[in-house]
Amino acid sequence: MSKIWQWLKTPSAKYSAGFLISLSFIVGILFWGGFNTAMELSNQESFCISCHEMEENVYKEYQDTVHYSNRSGVRATCPDCHVPKVWHHKVMRKIRATNELLHKALGTIDTPEKFENKRLELAHHVWDEMKANDSRECRNCHDYESMDYLSQRSRSVKQHIKGFDEGKTCIDCHKGIAHSLPNMATDDPSATR
Amino acid sequence: MNTINKLFLLLLLCVTAMQINAKEVEIQSLRGNYDLDELSPEPEIKRRRDSDRVKRQFGLQPPVIPHLTKGYKINLKFNKCLTCHSWENVKKTDAPRVGFSHFVDREGANSKKVAGRRYFCVQCHVTQADTPALIENTFKPANK
Ligand code: HEC
Ligand code: HEC
Ligand code: HEC
Repeated sequence: MSKIWQWLKTPSAKYSAGFLISLSFIVGILFWGGFNTAMELSNQESFCISCHEMEENVYKEYQDTVHYSNRSGVRATCPDCHVPKVWHHKVMRKIRATNELLHKALGTIDTPEKFENKRLELAHHVWDEMKANDSRECRNCHDYESMDYLSQRSRSVKQHIKGFDEGKTCIDCHKGIAHSLPNMATDDPSATR
Repeated sequence: MNTINKLFLLLLLCVTAMQINAKEVEIQSLRGNYDLDELSPEPEIKRRRDSDRVKRQFGLQPPVIPHLTKGYKINLKFNKCLTCHSWENVKKTDAPRVGFSHFVDREGANSKKVAGRRYFCVQCHVTQADTPALIENTFKPANK
Protein backbone atom coordinates (compact mmCIF):
# COMPACT_ATOMS: atom_id res chain seq x y z
CA MET A 1 0.00 0.00 0.00
CA SER A 2 2.64 2.54 1.08
CA LYS A 3 4.72 1.55 -1.95
CA ILE A 4 1.91 2.47 -4.33
CA TRP A 5 1.46 5.74 -2.49
CA GLN A 6 5.17 6.47 -2.82
CA TRP A 7 5.03 5.74 -6.55
CA LEU A 8 2.02 7.99 -6.99
CA LYS A 9 3.69 10.82 -5.04
CA THR A 10 7.03 10.94 -6.85
CA PRO A 11 7.05 13.32 -9.80
CA SER A 12 7.55 11.73 -13.17
CA ALA A 13 11.06 12.06 -14.53
CA LYS A 14 10.35 10.33 -17.83
CA TYR A 15 7.35 12.22 -19.22
CA SER A 16 6.84 15.90 -19.75
CA ALA A 17 4.08 17.73 -17.89
CA GLY A 18 2.49 18.55 -21.24
CA PHE A 19 2.35 14.89 -22.17
CA LEU A 20 0.82 13.96 -18.83
CA ILE A 21 -1.78 16.68 -19.03
CA SER A 22 -2.80 15.63 -22.55
CA LEU A 23 -2.90 12.01 -21.48
CA SER A 24 -5.19 12.74 -18.54
CA PHE A 25 -7.38 14.78 -20.88
CA ILE A 26 -7.75 11.90 -23.31
CA VAL A 27 -8.33 9.35 -20.58
CA GLY A 28 -10.84 11.71 -19.00
CA ILE A 29 -12.77 12.07 -22.25
CA LEU A 30 -12.78 8.31 -22.77
CA PHE A 31 -14.08 7.68 -19.26
CA TRP A 32 -16.69 10.37 -19.51
CA GLY A 33 -17.81 9.14 -22.90
CA GLY A 34 -17.98 5.57 -21.64
CA PHE A 35 -19.95 6.65 -18.61
CA ASN A 36 -22.43 8.58 -20.69
CA THR A 37 -22.73 5.81 -23.25
CA ALA A 38 -23.54 3.39 -20.45
CA MET A 39 -26.12 5.85 -19.13
CA GLU A 40 -27.65 6.20 -22.57
CA LEU A 41 -27.67 2.48 -23.29
CA SER A 42 -29.40 1.80 -19.99
CA ASN A 43 -31.88 4.56 -20.82
CA GLN A 44 -33.48 2.82 -23.76
CA GLU A 45 -36.74 1.01 -23.68
CA SER A 46 -35.12 -2.11 -25.12
CA PHE A 47 -32.88 -2.22 -22.05
CA CYS A 48 -35.80 -1.76 -19.66
CA ILE A 49 -37.68 -4.69 -21.12
CA SER A 50 -34.66 -6.91 -21.65
CA CYS A 51 -35.60 -8.69 -18.44
CA HIS A 52 -38.73 -10.78 -18.43
CA GLU A 53 -39.99 -9.23 -15.18
CA MET A 54 -40.61 -6.00 -17.04
CA GLU A 55 -41.50 -7.43 -20.42
CA GLU A 56 -44.19 -9.78 -19.19
CA ASN A 57 -45.88 -7.49 -16.70
CA VAL A 58 -45.65 -3.73 -16.99
CA TYR A 59 -44.65 -3.60 -20.66
CA LYS A 60 -47.64 -5.66 -21.81
CA GLU A 61 -50.04 -3.47 -19.88
CA TYR A 62 -48.48 -0.27 -21.12
CA GLN A 63 -48.99 -1.38 -24.73
CA ASP A 64 -52.72 -0.92 -24.18
CA THR A 65 -52.45 2.71 -23.15
CA VAL A 66 -52.29 6.20 -24.74
CA HIS A 67 -48.65 6.60 -24.01
CA TYR A 68 -47.80 3.66 -26.26
CA SER A 69 -49.97 4.65 -29.18
CA ASN A 70 -52.08 7.75 -29.76
CA ARG A 71 -53.38 10.01 -32.49
CA SER A 72 -50.32 12.28 -32.36
CA GLY A 73 -47.87 9.40 -32.64
CA VAL A 74 -45.75 10.69 -29.76
CA ARG A 75 -44.73 7.82 -27.55
CA ALA A 76 -43.69 8.08 -23.93
CA THR A 77 -41.19 5.30 -23.28
CA CYS A 78 -40.27 3.80 -19.90
CA PRO A 79 -37.35 6.18 -19.22
CA ASP A 80 -39.48 9.20 -20.17
CA CYS A 81 -41.59 8.53 -17.08
CA HIS A 82 -39.11 6.73 -14.87
CA VAL A 83 -35.75 8.43 -15.41
CA PRO A 84 -35.26 12.15 -14.75
CA LYS A 85 -33.87 14.33 -17.54
CA VAL A 86 -31.78 16.62 -15.36
CA TRP A 87 -28.28 15.22 -14.98
CA HIS A 88 -27.81 14.97 -11.23
CA HIS A 89 -31.32 13.57 -10.66
CA LYS A 90 -30.60 11.09 -13.42
CA VAL A 91 -27.35 9.90 -11.84
CA MET A 92 -29.07 9.54 -8.47
CA ARG A 93 -31.79 7.45 -10.10
CA LYS A 94 -29.20 5.25 -11.82
CA ILE A 95 -27.41 4.69 -8.54
CA ARG A 96 -30.65 3.61 -6.92
CA ALA A 97 -31.27 1.33 -9.89
CA THR A 98 -28.35 -0.83 -8.74
CA ASN A 99 -30.68 -2.00 -5.97
CA GLU A 100 -33.05 -3.19 -8.68
CA LEU A 101 -30.18 -5.19 -10.21
CA LEU A 102 -29.62 -6.84 -6.85
CA HIS A 103 -33.26 -7.89 -6.65
CA LYS A 104 -33.11 -9.11 -10.23
CA ALA A 105 -30.26 -11.41 -9.13
CA LEU A 106 -32.19 -12.48 -6.04
CA GLY A 107 -35.27 -13.22 -8.16
CA THR A 108 -37.50 -11.10 -5.93
CA ILE A 109 -40.18 -10.64 -8.61
CA ASP A 110 -39.33 -13.36 -11.10
CA THR A 111 -42.84 -14.81 -11.40
CA PRO A 112 -46.09 -12.97 -12.18
CA GLU A 113 -47.38 -13.96 -8.73
CA LYS A 114 -44.34 -12.57 -6.95
CA PHE A 115 -44.60 -9.43 -9.06
CA GLU A 116 -48.26 -8.97 -8.17
CA ASN A 117 -47.49 -9.43 -4.48
CA LYS A 118 -44.80 -6.76 -4.59
CA ARG A 119 -46.71 -4.44 -6.84
CA LEU A 120 -48.29 -2.21 -4.23
CA GLU A 121 -44.90 -1.55 -2.68
CA LEU A 122 -43.29 -0.86 -6.07
CA ALA A 123 -46.12 1.41 -7.14
CA HIS A 124 -45.81 3.33 -3.88
CA HIS A 125 -42.14 3.99 -4.57
CA VAL A 126 -43.13 5.65 -7.84
CA TRP A 127 -46.11 7.53 -6.40
CA ASP A 128 -44.15 8.85 -3.42
CA GLU A 129 -41.37 10.01 -5.66
CA MET A 130 -43.71 11.70 -8.14
CA LYS A 131 -45.65 13.30 -5.33
CA ALA A 132 -42.41 14.66 -3.90
CA ASN A 133 -41.16 16.12 -7.18
CA ASP A 134 -44.53 17.42 -8.40
CA SER A 135 -44.68 14.72 -11.11
CA ARG A 136 -41.58 16.15 -12.74
CA GLU A 137 -41.34 13.45 -15.41
CA CYS A 138 -44.93 13.98 -16.54
CA ARG A 139 -44.28 17.69 -16.72
CA ASN A 140 -41.33 17.13 -19.04
CA CYS A 141 -43.98 16.61 -21.69
CA HIS A 142 -47.20 17.97 -20.19
CA ASP A 143 -47.40 21.41 -18.67
CA TYR A 144 -50.54 22.72 -17.10
CA GLU A 145 -49.47 26.22 -18.15
CA SER A 146 -49.86 25.20 -21.79
CA MET A 147 -53.06 23.21 -21.42
CA ASP A 148 -55.82 24.50 -23.66
CA TYR A 149 -58.89 24.16 -21.49
CA LEU A 150 -61.10 24.95 -24.47
CA SER A 151 -60.10 21.75 -26.18
CA GLN A 152 -60.11 19.56 -23.09
CA ARG A 153 -63.17 17.64 -22.08
CA SER A 154 -65.43 19.34 -19.56
CA ARG A 155 -64.61 16.90 -16.77
CA SER A 156 -60.90 17.27 -17.30
CA VAL A 157 -61.18 21.06 -17.16
CA LYS A 158 -63.23 21.03 -13.98
CA GLN A 159 -60.85 18.67 -12.20
CA HIS A 160 -57.71 20.38 -13.45
CA ILE A 161 -58.72 23.90 -12.41
CA LYS A 162 -59.85 22.71 -9.00
CA GLY A 163 -56.96 20.30 -8.53
CA PHE A 164 -54.17 22.71 -9.45
CA ASP A 165 -55.75 25.36 -7.23
CA GLU A 166 -55.55 22.92 -4.34
CA GLY A 167 -51.90 22.26 -5.12
CA LYS A 168 -52.45 18.76 -6.45
CA THR A 169 -50.07 17.11 -8.87
CA CYS A 170 -50.66 14.81 -11.85
CA ILE A 171 -50.07 11.56 -9.99
CA ASP A 172 -52.69 12.44 -7.34
CA CYS A 173 -55.37 11.84 -9.95
CA HIS A 174 -53.69 9.85 -12.72
CA LYS A 175 -52.52 6.72 -10.96
CA GLY A 176 -52.44 3.70 -13.23
CA ILE A 177 -51.86 5.86 -16.31
CA ALA A 178 -49.48 3.33 -17.85
CA HIS A 179 -49.93 0.03 -15.99
CA SER A 180 -52.52 -2.09 -14.22
CA LEU A 181 -52.93 -0.94 -10.67
CA PRO A 182 -52.12 -3.08 -7.64
CA ASN A 183 -54.88 -3.98 -5.22
CA MET A 184 -56.05 -0.57 -4.06
CA ALA A 185 -57.73 -1.80 -0.89
CA THR A 186 -55.40 0.26 1.28
CA ASP A 187 -55.28 3.39 -0.86
CA ASP A 188 -58.89 3.72 -2.00
CA PRO A 189 -60.99 0.96 -0.41
CA SER A 190 -64.18 2.37 -1.92
CA ALA A 191 -62.89 1.62 -5.42
CA THR A 192 -62.22 -2.07 -4.85
CA ARG A 193 -64.16 -5.26 -4.34
CA MET B 1 -101.98 -24.71 -79.36
CA ASN B 2 -105.31 -23.88 -77.85
CA THR B 3 -105.92 -21.01 -75.48
CA ILE B 4 -105.98 -23.14 -72.38
CA ASN B 5 -102.60 -24.56 -73.16
CA LYS B 6 -101.25 -21.07 -73.85
CA LEU B 7 -102.56 -19.81 -70.52
CA PHE B 8 -101.09 -22.78 -68.73
CA LEU B 9 -97.68 -22.13 -70.26
CA LEU B 10 -97.85 -18.49 -69.24
CA LEU B 11 -98.70 -19.49 -65.67
CA LEU B 12 -95.78 -21.89 -65.61
CA LEU B 13 -93.45 -19.15 -66.82
CA CYS B 14 -94.70 -16.77 -64.14
CA VAL B 15 -94.17 -19.28 -61.35
CA THR B 16 -90.63 -20.06 -62.46
CA ALA B 17 -89.83 -16.35 -62.66
CA MET B 18 -91.18 -15.86 -59.15
CA GLN B 19 -89.06 -18.70 -57.87
CA ILE B 20 -85.94 -17.27 -59.43
CA ASN B 21 -86.83 -13.95 -57.82
CA ALA B 22 -87.42 -15.57 -54.43
CA LYS B 23 -83.97 -17.13 -54.48
CA GLU B 24 -82.39 -13.70 -54.72
CA VAL B 25 -83.92 -12.57 -51.43
CA GLU B 26 -81.59 -14.01 -48.87
CA ILE B 27 -81.70 -13.80 -45.14
CA GLN B 28 -79.05 -11.42 -43.90
CA SER B 29 -77.63 -11.30 -40.41
CA LEU B 30 -76.61 -8.09 -38.68
CA ARG B 31 -72.96 -8.71 -39.38
CA GLY B 32 -73.67 -9.06 -43.09
CA ASN B 33 -73.23 -11.95 -45.49
CA TYR B 34 -69.97 -13.38 -44.34
CA ASP B 35 -68.99 -16.90 -43.51
CA LEU B 36 -68.48 -17.58 -39.85
CA ASP B 37 -64.74 -18.04 -40.23
CA GLU B 38 -64.48 -14.98 -42.45
CA LEU B 39 -63.93 -11.44 -41.17
CA SER B 40 -66.63 -8.90 -41.88
CA PRO B 41 -65.35 -5.45 -42.81
CA GLU B 42 -64.31 -3.42 -39.79
CA PRO B 43 -66.98 -1.04 -38.63
CA GLU B 44 -66.24 2.64 -38.89
CA ILE B 45 -64.62 3.78 -35.67
CA LYS B 46 -66.73 6.33 -33.86
CA ARG B 47 -64.69 9.13 -32.43
CA ARG B 48 -66.52 10.90 -29.72
CA ARG B 49 -65.98 13.74 -27.33
CA ASP B 50 -67.88 14.09 -24.10
CA SER B 51 -71.48 15.19 -24.40
CA ASP B 52 -74.35 16.31 -22.18
CA ARG B 53 -76.16 13.70 -20.18
CA VAL B 54 -78.93 11.88 -22.00
CA LYS B 55 -82.10 11.33 -19.93
CA ARG B 56 -83.29 7.82 -19.12
CA GLN B 57 -85.79 6.47 -21.60
CA PHE B 58 -87.68 4.16 -19.25
CA GLY B 59 -87.89 3.56 -15.52
CA LEU B 60 -84.89 1.74 -14.07
CA GLN B 61 -82.89 2.13 -17.27
CA PRO B 62 -79.21 2.02 -16.35
CA PRO B 63 -78.17 5.60 -17.17
CA VAL B 64 -75.80 5.92 -20.12
CA ILE B 65 -72.33 7.35 -19.59
CA PRO B 66 -71.76 10.90 -20.91
CA HIS B 67 -67.99 10.55 -21.26
CA LEU B 68 -65.39 8.24 -22.77
CA THR B 69 -64.36 5.21 -20.79
CA LYS B 70 -61.53 4.12 -23.03
CA GLY B 71 -58.72 2.60 -21.02
CA TYR B 72 -60.76 2.43 -17.82
CA LYS B 73 -59.93 -0.80 -16.03
CA ILE B 74 -62.27 -2.80 -13.86
CA ASN B 75 -60.85 -5.89 -12.24
CA LEU B 76 -60.74 -7.66 -8.90
CA LYS B 77 -58.14 -5.30 -7.54
CA PHE B 78 -59.46 -2.00 -8.72
CA ASN B 79 -62.39 -0.27 -10.35
CA LYS B 80 -61.62 2.91 -12.26
CA CYS B 81 -65.28 4.04 -12.33
CA LEU B 82 -65.51 3.98 -8.56
CA THR B 83 -62.52 6.29 -8.21
CA CYS B 84 -65.02 9.03 -9.06
CA HIS B 85 -68.46 7.49 -8.43
CA SER B 86 -68.05 5.73 -5.07
CA TRP B 87 -69.77 7.32 -2.08
CA GLU B 88 -66.44 8.40 -0.62
CA ASN B 89 -65.14 9.86 -3.85
CA VAL B 90 -68.19 11.77 -5.12
CA LYS B 91 -67.51 14.27 -2.35
CA LYS B 92 -64.35 15.27 -4.19
CA THR B 93 -65.49 14.78 -7.76
CA ASP B 94 -69.17 15.85 -7.84
CA ALA B 95 -69.89 12.81 -9.98
CA PRO B 96 -73.26 11.04 -9.64
CA ARG B 97 -72.89 8.39 -6.99
CA VAL B 98 -73.83 4.73 -7.41
CA GLY B 99 -77.39 3.93 -6.35
CA PHE B 100 -78.53 2.13 -3.20
CA SER B 101 -79.55 -0.91 -5.20
CA HIS B 102 -75.90 -1.52 -6.02
CA PHE B 103 -75.10 -2.43 -2.43
CA VAL B 104 -77.59 -5.25 -2.18
CA ASP B 105 -76.22 -8.68 -2.97
CA ARG B 106 -78.23 -11.50 -4.48
CA GLU B 107 -79.19 -12.82 -1.06
CA GLY B 108 -80.81 -9.46 -0.41
CA ALA B 109 -78.24 -8.52 2.20
CA ASN B 110 -76.77 -5.04 2.34
CA SER B 111 -73.05 -4.82 1.89
CA LYS B 112 -70.66 -1.97 2.62
CA LYS B 113 -69.03 -2.21 -0.76
CA VAL B 114 -70.64 -2.38 -4.18
CA ALA B 115 -72.13 -5.86 -4.51
CA GLY B 116 -70.49 -8.40 -6.79
CA ARG B 117 -73.36 -8.47 -9.25
CA ARG B 118 -73.09 -4.70 -9.71
CA TYR B 119 -69.32 -4.38 -9.67
CA PHE B 120 -68.72 -4.59 -13.42
CA CYS B 121 -70.28 -1.24 -14.33
CA VAL B 122 -70.04 -1.57 -18.10
CA GLN B 123 -72.19 -4.69 -18.10
CA CYS B 124 -75.18 -2.35 -17.84
CA HIS B 125 -73.88 1.17 -18.43
CA VAL B 126 -72.49 2.15 -21.80
CA THR B 127 -71.04 5.32 -23.23
CA GLN B 128 -73.85 7.18 -24.92
CA ALA B 129 -73.65 7.73 -28.65
CA ASP B 130 -75.87 9.40 -31.20
CA THR B 131 -75.96 6.70 -33.85
CA PRO B 132 -78.57 5.39 -36.28
CA ALA B 133 -80.64 2.54 -34.83
CA LEU B 134 -79.36 -0.93 -35.70
CA ILE B 135 -82.88 -2.05 -36.48
CA GLU B 136 -85.81 0.14 -37.48
CA ASN B 137 -88.13 0.34 -34.51
CA THR B 138 -91.01 2.29 -33.04
CA PHE B 139 -89.73 2.63 -29.49
CA LYS B 140 -90.97 5.62 -27.56
CA PRO B 141 -90.03 6.56 -24.01
CA ALA B 142 -92.68 5.40 -21.54
CA ASN B 143 -93.56 8.88 -20.33
CA LYS B 144 -94.40 10.30 -23.76
C1 HEC C 1 -42.74 11.58 -23.52
C2 HEC C 1 -43.76 12.51 -23.20
C3 HEC C 1 -44.80 12.16 -22.13
C4 HEC C 1 -44.60 11.89 -20.81
C5 HEC C 1 -43.28 11.79 -20.06
C6 HEC C 1 -45.92 11.73 -20.23
N1 HEC C 1 -46.89 11.89 -21.19
FE1 HEC C 1 -48.89 11.81 -20.92
N2 HEC C 1 -49.20 11.96 -22.90
C7 HEC C 1 -48.20 12.15 -23.85
C8 HEC C 1 -48.80 12.09 -25.17
C9 HEC C 1 -48.05 12.26 -26.48
C10 HEC C 1 -50.20 11.87 -24.99
C11 HEC C 1 -51.28 11.70 -26.05
C12 HEC C 1 -51.74 12.98 -26.63
C13 HEC C 1 -52.83 12.70 -27.63
O1 HEC C 1 -53.98 12.58 -27.23
O2 HEC C 1 -52.52 12.57 -28.79
C14 HEC C 1 -50.41 11.81 -23.55
C15 HEC C 1 -51.65 11.66 -22.97
C16 HEC C 1 -51.88 11.71 -21.60
C17 HEC C 1 -53.19 11.72 -20.98
C18 HEC C 1 -54.53 11.68 -21.71
C19 HEC C 1 -55.07 10.30 -21.71
C20 HEC C 1 -56.25 10.13 -22.62
O3 HEC C 1 -56.86 9.08 -22.49
O4 HEC C 1 -56.52 11.00 -23.45
C21 HEC C 1 -52.98 11.78 -19.63
C22 HEC C 1 -54.06 11.79 -18.55
C23 HEC C 1 -51.55 11.81 -19.41
N3 HEC C 1 -50.92 11.76 -20.63
C24 HEC C 1 -50.96 11.84 -18.17
C25 HEC C 1 -49.59 11.69 -17.95
C26 HEC C 1 -48.99 11.48 -16.66
C27 HEC C 1 -49.76 11.43 -15.36
C28 HEC C 1 -47.65 11.37 -16.86
C29 HEC C 1 -46.56 11.12 -15.82
C30 HEC C 1 -46.65 9.87 -15.06
C31 HEC C 1 -47.40 11.51 -18.29
N4 HEC C 1 -48.61 11.68 -18.91
C32 HEC C 1 -46.14 11.47 -18.89
C33 HEC C 1 -46.85 12.34 -23.59
C34 HEC C 1 -46.24 12.14 -22.37
C1 HEC D 1 -57.54 16.86 -9.34
C2 HEC D 1 -57.28 15.73 -10.18
C3 HEC D 1 -56.35 15.92 -11.39
C4 HEC D 1 -55.08 16.43 -11.41
C5 HEC D 1 -54.27 17.02 -10.27
C6 HEC D 1 -54.61 16.27 -12.77
N1 HEC D 1 -55.58 15.72 -13.54
FE1 HEC D 1 -55.50 15.38 -15.54
N2 HEC D 1 -57.44 14.76 -15.53
C7 HEC D 1 -58.23 14.59 -14.41
C8 HEC D 1 -59.52 14.03 -14.80
C9 HEC D 1 -60.65 13.66 -13.85
C10 HEC D 1 -59.49 13.90 -16.20
C11 HEC D 1 -60.56 13.29 -17.10
C12 HEC D 1 -60.20 11.84 -17.19
C13 HEC D 1 -61.09 11.02 -18.02
O1 HEC D 1 -61.96 11.49 -18.73
O2 HEC D 1 -60.88 9.80 -17.94
C14 HEC D 1 -58.17 14.37 -16.64
C15 HEC D 1 -57.75 14.41 -17.96
C16 HEC D 1 -56.46 14.69 -18.36
C17 HEC D 1 -56.00 14.71 -19.72
C18 HEC D 1 -56.86 14.45 -20.94
C19 HEC D 1 -57.51 15.78 -21.31
C20 HEC D 1 -58.64 15.69 -22.30
O3 HEC D 1 -59.74 16.12 -21.96
O4 HEC D 1 -58.42 15.16 -23.40
C21 HEC D 1 -54.66 14.99 -19.70
C22 HEC D 1 -53.74 15.11 -20.88
C23 HEC D 1 -54.28 15.18 -18.31
N3 HEC D 1 -55.41 15.00 -17.54
C24 HEC D 1 -53.00 15.43 -17.88
C25 HEC D 1 -52.70 15.85 -16.59
C26 HEC D 1 -51.38 16.27 -16.18
C27 HEC D 1 -50.16 16.30 -17.06
C28 HEC D 1 -51.47 16.65 -14.88
C29 HEC D 1 -50.36 17.24 -14.00
C30 HEC D 1 -49.76 18.47 -14.50
C31 HEC D 1 -52.85 16.40 -14.46
N4 HEC D 1 -53.55 15.92 -15.53
C32 HEC D 1 -53.33 16.63 -13.18
C33 HEC D 1 -57.87 14.89 -13.11
C34 HEC D 1 -56.68 15.48 -12.74
C1 HEC E 1 -46.74 7.60 -18.80
C2 HEC E 1 -45.71 7.31 -17.86
C3 HEC E 1 -45.17 5.89 -17.70
C4 HEC E 1 -44.60 5.10 -18.67
C5 HEC E 1 -44.42 5.40 -20.15
C6 HEC E 1 -44.14 3.91 -18.00
N1 HEC E 1 -44.45 3.96 -16.67
FE1 HEC E 1 -44.01 2.57 -15.28
N2 HEC E 1 -45.07 3.59 -13.88
C7 HEC E 1 -45.66 4.83 -14.08
C8 HEC E 1 -46.40 5.18 -12.89
C9 HEC E 1 -47.21 6.46 -12.69
C10 HEC E 1 -46.23 4.13 -11.96
C11 HEC E 1 -46.83 4.01 -10.55
C12 HEC E 1 -47.91 2.95 -10.50
C13 HEC E 1 -49.12 3.31 -11.30
O1 HEC E 1 -49.68 4.40 -11.11
O2 HEC E 1 -49.52 2.48 -12.13
C14 HEC E 1 -45.38 3.15 -12.62
C15 HEC E 1 -44.97 1.97 -12.03
C16 HEC E 1 -44.05 1.10 -12.59
C17 HEC E 1 -43.49 -0.06 -11.93
C18 HEC E 1 -43.82 -0.52 -10.52
C19 HEC E 1 -44.86 -1.59 -10.53
C20 HEC E 1 -46.25 -1.08 -10.77
O3 HEC E 1 -46.93 -1.62 -11.67
O4 HEC E 1 -46.67 -0.15 -10.10
C21 HEC E 1 -42.63 -0.64 -12.81
C22 HEC E 1 -41.80 -1.89 -12.58
C23 HEC E 1 -42.66 0.14 -14.03
N3 HEC E 1 -43.52 1.19 -13.86
C24 HEC E 1 -41.92 -0.15 -15.17
C25 HEC E 1 -42.13 0.46 -16.40
C26 HEC E 1 -41.58 -0.02 -17.65
C27 HEC E 1 -40.64 -1.20 -17.81
C28 HEC E 1 -42.04 0.81 -18.62
C29 HEC E 1 -41.79 0.72 -20.13
C30 HEC E 1 -42.27 -0.47 -20.77
C31 HEC E 1 -42.85 1.82 -17.98
N4 HEC E 1 -42.90 1.57 -16.64
C32 HEC E 1 -43.47 2.87 -18.64
C33 HEC E 1 -45.58 5.60 -15.22
C34 HEC E 1 -45.09 5.16 -16.44
